[in-house]
Amino acid sequence: MNGLAPSFRISKTSRFPAHPIAGLAGTSFKHEHLPVILGDGPKDGFFEVHAENYMGAGGPPHDALARIRRDFPVSLHGVCMSIGGPRPLDKVHLGRFKALVDRYEPALVSEHLAWSTHDTTFYNDLLPLPYTPATVSRVANHIDEMQETIGRPILIENPSTYVLFAESTMSETDFIGALVQRTGCGLLLDVNNVFVSATNHGYSALSYLADFPLAHVGEIHLAGHAEQADDEGDLLLIDSHDGPVADAVWKLFDIVIGRCGPLPTLIEWDSAIPEWPVLKAEAAAAQAILDHHADSHHLLGKAHAAG
Amino acid sequence: MPQDELQSGDLSHRFDYAEAFTAGLLDPGRAPPDAVSGPNGKAAVKRYAVYRNNVTVSLIDALAASFPATLRITGPDFFRAMARFHVRETPPTSPLLFEYGRDFPDFIERYDYARPMPWLADVARLERAWLDAYHAADAEPLASVALAAIPPERLADTVFVPHPATRAIRSRYPVVTIFAANRRDRPVGRIEADGPEDALVTRPGLEVFVRHLPPGGAAFLDRLMAGEPLGAAAAAAFAETAEFDLAANIAGLLQAGAITAAH
Repeated sequence: MNGLAPSFRISKTSRFPAHPIAGLAGTSFKHEHLPVILGDGPKDGFFEVHAENYMGAGGPPHDALARIRRDFPVSLHGVCMSIGGPRPLDKVHLGRFKALVDRYEPALVSEHLAWSTHDTTFYNDLLPLPYTPATVSRVANHIDEMQETIGRPILIENPSTYVLFAESTMSETDFIGALVQRTGCGLLLDVNNVFVSATNHGYSALSYLADFPLAHVGEIHLAGHAEQADDEGDLLLIDSHDGPVADAVWKLFDIVIGRCGPLPTLIEWDSAIPEWPVLKAEAAAAQAILDHHADSHHLLGKAHAAG
Repeated sequence: MPQDELQSGDLSHRFDYAEAFTAGLLDPGRAPPDAVSGPNGKAAVKRYAVYRNNVTVSLIDALAASFPATLRITGPDFFRAMARFHVRETPPTSPLLFEYGRDFPDFIERYDYARPMPWLADVARLERAWLDAYHAADAEPLASVALAAIPPERLADTVFVPHPATRAIRSRYPVVTIFAANRRDRPVGRIEADGPEDALVTRPGLEVFVRHLPPGGAAFLDRLMAGEPLGAAAAAAFAETAEFDLAANIAGLLQAGAITAAH
């Protein structure tokens, strides 16, 4: 990352424990799981929440998040900032986001390379954008504005997409690399999104990963996808977050962690939400891969030190 | 403001992708935008439909989550068809989905197929108030004993500060009874009530409560919430009904945690 850090302030009056997140697997936090999570013995892993669900003034959502935050690292994942949109960011929404960051001191903060609001309408979906030098400039300004407002760098997530824009002149990986260069942001690598987009647009997920700026990745997402067909009858994958992680996505994840070493890794499961043990088992499977590579990175380090 | 913020003149053509992309998101009759395709020139009808489907279905789901009793009364097929019309007519303007659906009760009132259920819009109004109470700011309710500290001769001029979660919903139908029967997991039996019911919604702690307001109670609470003192609010309630019981109403509001301060 470039020299952003010195300009960001770190709060000296923490309301919550620091709870390191490095090398941990976590899950989406769903309120129905709260009692079993808090009664579940060892407090391992981390939880990620969608920022917008906690932008009310008070009530049970804040009570639940505060209880989770006391015992676990929390990742704050923005879904609606519309960073990839052509219009200026919503200043009121930015203010709400900053208030959440200040209140909960999350271990990670992320947003999407996508947009969801245009003019006065909120579409509640992660909509795609063309990749051009002009949109790089626009999106980079939005990331700068968000980072300056909240006082810390954010992670930007690669999207899953179903269409391509004729006007795009850059690859998605070059576009994302340019954002990192311009803004000093980190990246959230959604491995399921890589697999979904690669399948939908007929390229190799491995070559996408070879071109991706892996050194800047600060978090991984894993999720389930659904299968449909496009107009030609070919496979079209949908980023549905409603089931277990696919075998092919686990393999890509193993490759990424082999290259990057252990990174905070989230199992996203947002609809058809299972019982807590099912979600917890997916996180345990991710943790096993992280731990395996932590051991081999550790051994590798020792071998280098000995040599 | 950076140069890119300009929306007019020859810069604007770079940024019209959102205009083109949104044009058909809520209109299933429109073709996908010319600007998009699949790889190697493949068609984008089904591909664009993924976005259109995500938008419509997720917003219908949001209404279903916010109006569960309304959904239970109508059944899912009726509800989703009704919600689809509303989503296309009045999509959200805020990225906070728990704010969506403020216009839904009025839409239900105008919705032809809902005419045989004239109480349905009021049930939706009560559910909307319930959700507002759920997300309202936290505050400590005024203890009932605090009122004893106010000298009797000053009571008429005392102003009650409502708790941020407090709401009053008036209905010509037994809305509290219908709401309560349809927000439980238990089977809904025959609903015997048929008179009008006004509702008090409060959230003194973490749990939202819905109660009946006694006769004149809604008029009384409406005035209090508008900042009028007890005397004026009581006069308005008496004007509406001679059955209004001032002491019982004050005790009821305090006991429900509807008030945070009196001064």
